[in-house]
Amino acid sequence: TCLSKGGGFHFPPCHMLSVSGFRILLDCPLDLSSLAIFSPVPIALEAHESLETDSVVRKKQKIEKTLDANDLVFAEPWYKTVKSLHLWDASFIDVILISSPTGMLGLPFLTRTKDFSAKIYVTEAAARIGQLMMEDLVSIHMELRQFYGPEDSSSLQWMRWEGLEVLPSELKKIALGADCEELGAWMPLYSAVDVKDCMRKVQTLKYAEEACYNGTLVIKAFSSGLEIGTCNWTINGPKRNIAYISSSIFVSTHAMDFNFLGLQGNDLIIFSDFSTLDTTENMENDNTYCDPAASSNASDDLYNLEEIAASLLKDDESMEEMEKLAFICTCAFDSVRAGGSVLVPIDRLGIVLCLLEQMSLLLESSSLKVPIYIISSVAEELLAFTNIIPEWLCKQRQEKLFSGEPLFAHVKLIKERKIHVFPAVHSVELLTNWQEPCVVFCPHWSLRLGPVVHLLRYWCSDPNSLLILESGDDANLALLPFKPMAMKVLQCSFLSGISLQKVQPLLKALQPKLLLFPKDLRCKIQISEANTIIHYSENETLCMPSSKESTEIYIATDLASQFHWKTLKQETVTRLDGELFMDQGKHRLLSGFRQADSKQHRPLLHWGSPDLKRLLTELSKMGITGTLKKNMDSAESKNAAGIIDIDDPEKALIDVRETGTVIITADENLASHIFKAIDIVLDGI
Amino acid sequence: MAIDCLVLGAGQEVGKSCMVVSINGKRIMFDCGMHMGYTDSRRYPDFSLISKNGDFDNALTCVIVTHFHLDHIGALPYFTEVCGYKGPIYMTYPTKALAPLMLEDYRKNMDRRGEDEQFTSDHIAECMKKVIPVDLKQTVQVDKDLQIRAYYAGHVIGAAMFYAKVGDAAMVYTGDYNMTPDRHLGAAQIDRLQLDLLITESTYATTIRDSRYGREREFLKAVHNCVAAGGKVLIPTFALGRAQELCILLEDYWERMNLKVPIYFSAGLTIQANMYYKMLINWTSQKIKETYATHNAFDFKNVRNFDRSLINAPGPCVLFATPGMIVGGFSLEVFMQWAPSENNLVTLPGYCVAGTIGHKLMSGKPTKIDLDKDTQINVRCQIHQLSFSPHTDAKGIMDLVKFLSPKHAILVHGEKPKMATLKERIQSELGIQCYCPANNETVTIPSTHYVKADASGTFIRSCLNPNFKFSTCSSTDKSYLDSNKSKAVSRLSVSDDRATEGILVVEKGKKAKVIHQDEFLHMLGEKKHEIQFAYCFPMHMARTEDLSSTSHMLCSFDKCTLISRLSMILSDELSEGNILDLGEELQVESFHVSVCSSDNCPHRLSSSLQNGSESVFFCCHWSVADEKLAWKIISIMKNSTL
Repeated sequence: TCLSKGGGFHFPPCHMLSVSGFRILLDCPLDLSSLAIFSPVPIALEAHESLETDSVVRKKQKIEKTLDANDLVFAEPWYKTVKSLHLWDASFIDVILISSPTGMLGLPFLTRTKDFSAKIYVTEAAARIGQLMMEDLVSIHMELRQFYGPEDSSSLQWMRWEGLEVLPSELKKIALGADCEELGAWMPLYSAVDVKDCMRKVQTLKYAEEACYNGTLVIKAFSSGLEIGTCNWTINGPKRNIAYISSSIFVSTHAMDFNFLGLQGNDLIIFSDFSTLDTTENMENDNTYCDPAASSNASDDLYNLEEIAASLLKDDESMEEMEKLAFICTCAFDSVRAGGSVLVPIDRLGIVLCLLEQMSLLLESSSLKVPIYIISSVAEELLAFTNIIPEWLCKQRQEKLFSGEPLFAHVKLIKERKIHVFPAVHSVELLTNWQEPCVVFCPHWSLRLGPVVHLLRYWCSDPNSLLILESGDDANLALLPFKPMAMKVLQCSFLSGISLQKVQPLLKALQPKLLLFPKDLRCKIQISEANTIIHYSENETLCMPSSKESTEIYIATDLASQFHWKTLKQETVTRLDGELFMDQGKHRLLSGFRQADSKQHRPLLHWGSPDLKRLLTELSKMGITGTLKKNMDSAESKNAAGIIDIDDPEKALIDVRETGTVIITADENLASHIFKAIDIVLDGI
Repeated sequence: MAIDCLVLGAGQEVGKSCMVVSINGKRIMFDCGMHMGYTDSRRYPDFSLISKNGDFDNALTCVIVTHFHLDHIGALPYFTEVCGYKGPIYMTYPTKALAPLMLEDYRKNMDRRGEDEQFTSDHIAECMKKVIPVDLKQTVQVDKDLQIRAYYAGHVIGAAMFYAKVGDAAMVYTGDYNMTPDRHLGAAQIDRLQLDLLITESTYATTIRDSRYGREREFLKAVHNCVAAGGKVLIPTFALGRAQELCILLEDYWERMNLKVPIYFSAGLTIQANMYYKMLINWTSQKIKETYATHNAFDFKNVRNFDRSLINAPGPCVLFATPGMIVGGFSLEVFMQWAPSENNLVTLPGYCVAGTIGHKLMSGKPTKIDLDKDTQINVRCQIHQLSFSPHTDAKGIMDLVKFLSPKHAILVHGEKPKMATLKERIQSELGIQCYCPANNETVTIPSTHYVKADASGTFIRSCLNPNFKFSTCSSTDKSYLDSNKSKAVSRLSVSDDRATEGILVVEKGKKAKVIHQDEFLHMLGEKKHEIQFAYCFPMHMARTEDLSSTSHMLCSFDKCTLISRLSMILSDELSEGNILDLGEELQVESFHVSVCSSDNCPHRLSSSLQNGSESVFFCCHWSVADEKLAWKIISIMKNSTL
């Protein structure tokens, strides 16, 4: 039982398990934050060339100047996959479990490899949303190619060693990883065909639907509350029950709540919610930011929102989330009133949907007529999709179904033409409808791809406008190409996992025998030592002791009643019959189809040594007479060996030796009679 | 261990489906319907049979409702609010969403007819609050032992078959289902399960229906002819399901033929229902599901609300009016107005329960219908009976029963004589014990139970290793393919020969254990004593001159030729077994034969000494497992010459 790595909402952790001989890959994400090293806009050619000489000089001087936009790599972005995954042969993976839409972005890389044969399980909603996200990425790239022409080989130079050498150290760290070994993980984006192909190989599930892999593993998904369609997994094998907890939210404003009761009763829990790690780090970062922010970055207005609920009351988190959203809305409202526009490059579907609702409510209550635009190639489908999936949403949304209202308000808003949906920035309808100030939702949160790039360049010098960013790894780096910025920036973090305070009560409720816990979180939480905890860290394989010694087998009673029991000294024994099935992770012994054969039940295995005198008497009972001839080779025979000559009814010989008996006869009936006699004398089964 | 099924409704009849099943101490009520043909106490199932003192909470573990038709859910508000059941109720999302509409519609119609109210609006709302919605295939753990799961059933939106499992006993209650997809719903789907009991509907126990397409065309033609002639078309339906299906059909046709004749829905109710359908599009057929992004198929363009004033407005129109079967309410009101005109058309979709006007119209061509003592309606309009029903036909029922192969089957929701025919078919063709109990009867069937035993690794491993026995393998392979074909749970089938290598050991005070036979001896500390049969006998030779048979020293080359000749003979004559030619020895399963060159072979019986010049001795030995085979080979060998 082993694993690999993780990081953040957009880059969930990724593990590899081996259960009952099957290899299971948990999630297959892409590290989209590494997109930051790319430049979204073309740099003038001269600048590009001078950059090389420039940076060489800079490197020699060993002085790290602050990064500027020219340092970024201008090329069609490549993508960084999970590094250690390349060390695995894709064809050896048996099962892939995807727990969130973001967790499947790297999947086409795997599915397009030759010999890929794994079964991929994803919840229905996650699969659909994931597919749309991938299609969006692909279409953004198409656009990029249309604008800047096809990729030529020279633009790949950043990949070569010289190209990498000139990268400033901060970027180099992203590109190469801390140990300079992650270069191999970079890949150009997959094609639309790859995505389609990948989706064909996906097996979709509902929440709590039992999927049975190879009759051995029963796999079930339980809602995790993070997003629509996200889930935690339970894997029940014949020897072990495993629960995998990904980032989860107890009470969600949109998706179905974290169903932790479904995870109860498992021996082993793999806790893989790293979100607290990020948020606490962010908090530290942000706190340090907070004070100098005003002074150093005069132009940037950095609002910091912090959540980390202190209470264990469950509704608090979602309340706080709602308050946060309300705060964002008022900020947006303020800037709109000031005549600026608001740009929201947030890709978290649930948050976008809630923001849409609240924002339009707020705008409606005021007299301001401000349009909301959603610009994305997949927005229309995504919005339509969110309204037909009541089964995947939280209780409040489901109530809307039962009272006959639309699940999300955007349906009504689109109909009332308060929200406009466009596939791209350059679409004709957008240009004719365009009206400022406005609120725009568009991808991509990395600020490197998609419509956001154009809009950000357009608005970045407008001090009235507002950019709402999800606080990520490095906002500075993300905004680098757009500097100097006059635009206000609102950074906010959203709840993306179980808060630290809730981990312990959760684990108490689940009562695992064994807990696999990330090493990095160890110092943050003290877990009561009622259960065994094993800490894991990246790229380290752990072997879990098996919880059950032997496999259980289920024997149907109607079959069991047909068994021929035999009593030995202490125990009662019987030979089994019927057929053994492996079904739903259980071995079952059911009565076979060929019942007729079982009428003749004879022992197949004997032990001990026969008493020749007894054998003779048994034979004579059957009307068989014979004489006992002591074996001529008396050295060999200590006690039992000998030959019995049979004269009547036919000629026969019984050659009894230490380890075996040979019946020699030409007559079938006689042979079976003799066999019966020996059977009586011997112990057999 | 047994499963008890108490039939409270729909036993040998159609209407008020209600079945209480007790499995291993759990009691589940499947459906809670009302009978549309009665207005007295026979309308509801006799709940007093569940619990005499009215303590239903302790008497029942849960209630499961398969779909929102009144004959499956009609008595639920009465049961929960008036009788006071407070336990959990399970139904699918669409059923929960749409059931209140159905109930409310029914209640209003009752009001209009001036009947005493059985339940109020509040009752319906309160009742629906107790409902726990489930998704398809979602495995719900009702309590520690009881597990239920819904499977897609077609029929109406949200209809489901329910699988329930307590301990080792499992059963499926189908509710109403449809094995063929229709305009807006897919066909029923279920996994291959191991069931003790299947309770299935049997509305069309003997009917086998022809293609849908022809019937659809017939319907469209009838409607088109009527509106072309300026007539009005009345389609009495229940609010949900059929109305949407026909509407999709008409909408499609209207578009193609460019018709402008208005299609009306009576009351705002059905339009509201379309709203639900739009959100629940995931529960419809694949084809319609795919349209959600561009144009939701339940966004009807030509459909308008009907106003009472339009009843006698001139010009053609198509009207969907509730309730179906013309049991009263608005559809009756319109029917009374339209029936006397020859231009008009009444289309009756689906089944009509005996006693309703719909039933009277379908069973003959009445010119007059007595509504009650004082009212009489002249019926001169055309009547078109729409024979596509969302129920499965006899073939569908047989297919399902065959696919699931339960140990027992119970038929409900059908007409008595037809059910008897189907029961005979199931018993004779499928060999499955089948019952069709009447109302208030109880059927008891035995259930499966498993004994748990620990299995040793060696045994499991030896069972999982492939078995090269052809005779057994072929049969295993077939069953494996079968289960694959039917998209069932993947199941690893192991031939029974390997299972018989296992030995079950029960020691006093210890858990039963399954071990491999090799381990068994080790456990006993005894040595294996092998019993073998042997026989050495001469075989006739055709061409003795070829061989130096006089000499006792047959060279190994000669032995090989003899053996290969023997192998040819055996492979011609022997149908079973796998003959292995090992050079100087021939092996069939455990039967070994070789040329015997020694005169003092211990396996030779003294009397059988014969003239050595014409024959060669073959020495055989085999173990008891292949006794029959061995004697067969020997007789073949004796009767043939080399």
